[in-house]
Amino acid sequence: MTSAIQVDRISKRFSSGKEGITALKDITFNVAKGELFGLVGPDGAGKTTLFRILTTLMLADSGTASVEGFDVVKDFKEIRKRVGYMPGKFSLYPDLSVAENLAFFATLFNTSLKENYELVKAIYQQIEPFEKRKAGALSGGMKQKLALSCALIHRPSVLFLDEPTTGVDAVSRKEFWELLRGLQDAGISILVSTPYMDEASLCDRVALMQEGKIMDINSPKGITENFGKPLYAVRNSNMYELMQRLKTHPAVESCYPFGQHHHVVFKNSTLSEEEIRSLIAPLAGAFEVRRIEASIEDSFMKLMHQ
Amino acid sequence: MRALRILLEKEFRQIFRNPAILRLMFMMPTIQLLLLPLAADYEVKQVKVCVVDFDRSSYSQRLVHKVTSTDYFQLVDYTDSYDKALRYVESDEADVVLQIPEGFEKHLVKENEVTVFMALNAINGVKANLGGAYLRTIINDFNGEVRVEWLQPHGMNAQPVIGVEAINWYNPLMNYKIYMVPGILVILVTMVGGFLSALNIVKEKEAGTIEQINVTPIHKYQFVLGKLIPFWVLGLVILTIGLIISWLAYGIVPVGSLLTIYIFAAVYLLAVLGMGLGVSTLANNQQQAMLLSFFLMMIFILLGGLYTSIDSMPRWAQVFTWFNPVTYFIEVMRMVVLKGSSLFDIRWHIAIVFLMAIVLNGFAVFNYRKRS
Repeated sequence: MTSAIQVDRISKRFSSGKEGITALKDITFNVAKGELFGLVGPDGAGKTTLFRILTTLMLADSGTASVEGFDVVKDFKEIRKRVGYMPGKFSLYPDLSVAENLAFFATLFNTSLKENYELVKAIYQQIEPFEKRKAGALSGGMKQKLALSCALIHRPSVLFLDEPTTGVDAVSRKEFWELLRGLQDAGISILVSTPYMDEASLCDRVALMQEGKIMDINSPKGITENFGKPLYAVRNSNMYELMQRLKTHPAVESCYPFGQHHHVVFKNSTLSEEEIRSLIAPLAGAFEVRRIEASIEDSFMKLMHQ
Repeated sequence: MRALRILLEKEFRQIFRNPAILRLMFMMPTIQLLLLPLAADYEVKQVKVCVVDFDRSSYSQRLVHKVTSTDYFQLVDYTDSYDKALRYVESDEADVVLQIPEGFEKHLVKENEVTVFMALNAINGVKANLGGAYLRTIINDFNGEVRVEWLQPHGMNAQPVIGVEAINWYNPLMNYKIYMVPGILVILVTMVGGFLSALNIVKEKEAGTIEQINVTPIHKYQFVLGKLIPFWVLGLVILTIGLIISWLAYGIVPVGSLLTIYIFAAVYLLAVLGMGLGVSTLANNQQQAMLLSFFLMMIFILLGGLYTSIDSMPRWAQVFTWFNPVTYFIEVMRMVVLKGSSLFDIRWHIAIVFLMAIVLNGFAVFNYRKRS
């Protein structure tokens, strides 16, 4: 059985200035049929470039890639019939209404809303009351839903979503991920990118990307399990001073701010909690410390500093 | 076919939803056609002349009277100081100085020959040129008059005098409006076609909507046709509005057939739209497209033969006008509107512009890629 997406040593450079920028370097991964695969990484990691190559909008410098068994260079026409692409930036016609946008893209794919209503129903029902409204006048969350409807209207077998939740409120984000789960149940393979680490845990598998390279590919659980060393969250009343002191302490391997706590990893992973308490005590007045499970962000921070 | 239809439907919807563009489309031809022909008048009137008369004789008086009796000239001062006259020129109060030498009458009568001196303010080249030419004509006239007067009394053998009478074919009264309006109409059609088509595609680039279209299975030619046809129709609508205005405001009714004009315009618009599409494939945003279009338009219009005669251009500029579609349309408009030329008369114009359309559109299609 072929995978939904196969990427083999894809590289891409952009020439700007003297040196140029390496956007992607030897990227290799597979997305299985029906899988919800996440690309996680900060802005500038190369996620959008990768999407543009896979959706046949850009040519890679080297390496090969295929979608549903079709080569992105040779068989681009077949791919365009089979994939749905939702770019990071809202790219529908703001001066056309919701219904007009949908009808427009449906016709370009030689289908109609009626034909594939079942598939988009769950999403489209939420924006149906605003059918006559211009797309440009919709709220951020509504825009995303319309864009997703347009990307789905021709019943694609692979869906590419480039940062679909960036700039969307927390409630809409949660809803959006639930919708993706529903699409997965309909048999659609999904490649989704996000800069939000907390969303990575909602994928079947994720690739952590940084500066055009993939640092790790695993299930969210696998990634956090690979963290290896015990992790502690510390806080006191003067967080800034605490950070300075922890960073310079010889027993501390790494320390970084994380919400209201500092996350600390010690060089010696066999230290007991008692020993750690006595270690921190001289550095901070009244303080709190507890052992925590590593999150994907912690894994990312660790991989980034390697 | 269905894809093309929805592309056209979408394009027209967007055009009709943009009231600013719609308003501009109707106001631009109206205002330009009503105002520009009035201003673009080459007849130079009211040339200010200062006469320096060192002779003060009856003949010099007669010459001055002859000059000032036409409404082309306006006498600023009648003086006997050349320095004073030059000061008028310096302060821009006079355009031309006519100096009549001392002994004008004496020399004229005795020696049959006399030289008058003319000084022209060449800052305004057109005025200086034409003013000088008018003045020369008047002096020649005067010369002829005087000779005939002297010779007649001597009897039968009258000196033969050759007079020249000119007839202005196709525009008997040399009415500049009849000449300018068709040309201005061409510029209008060119601007609407060239600018709107270039800006439209670049707008899709800016909004990112072009990528959404690029990932669909539609063909390149469908997309390009979907952009060409709406602006082709708009261009013909503008032409129609313009023809109606020139009929209502100036009473200009083409001597030739309207069908000839429309057939040529249809081909011509293909070339202009091809250029617009070409610009849009080169530009990344509306600013670039605007500047590039503006640059091309300026060259095409100024070297198109509307304001300056192509025959008086230097050789290299004349060669350039062969590749300028605007030149051909202006020529065709004047041929059909003033002279009543038929399709057969303009067959080469159509062929050449059609070739341009193929080259320009070919470039645009070639340069428009669905991927980078």
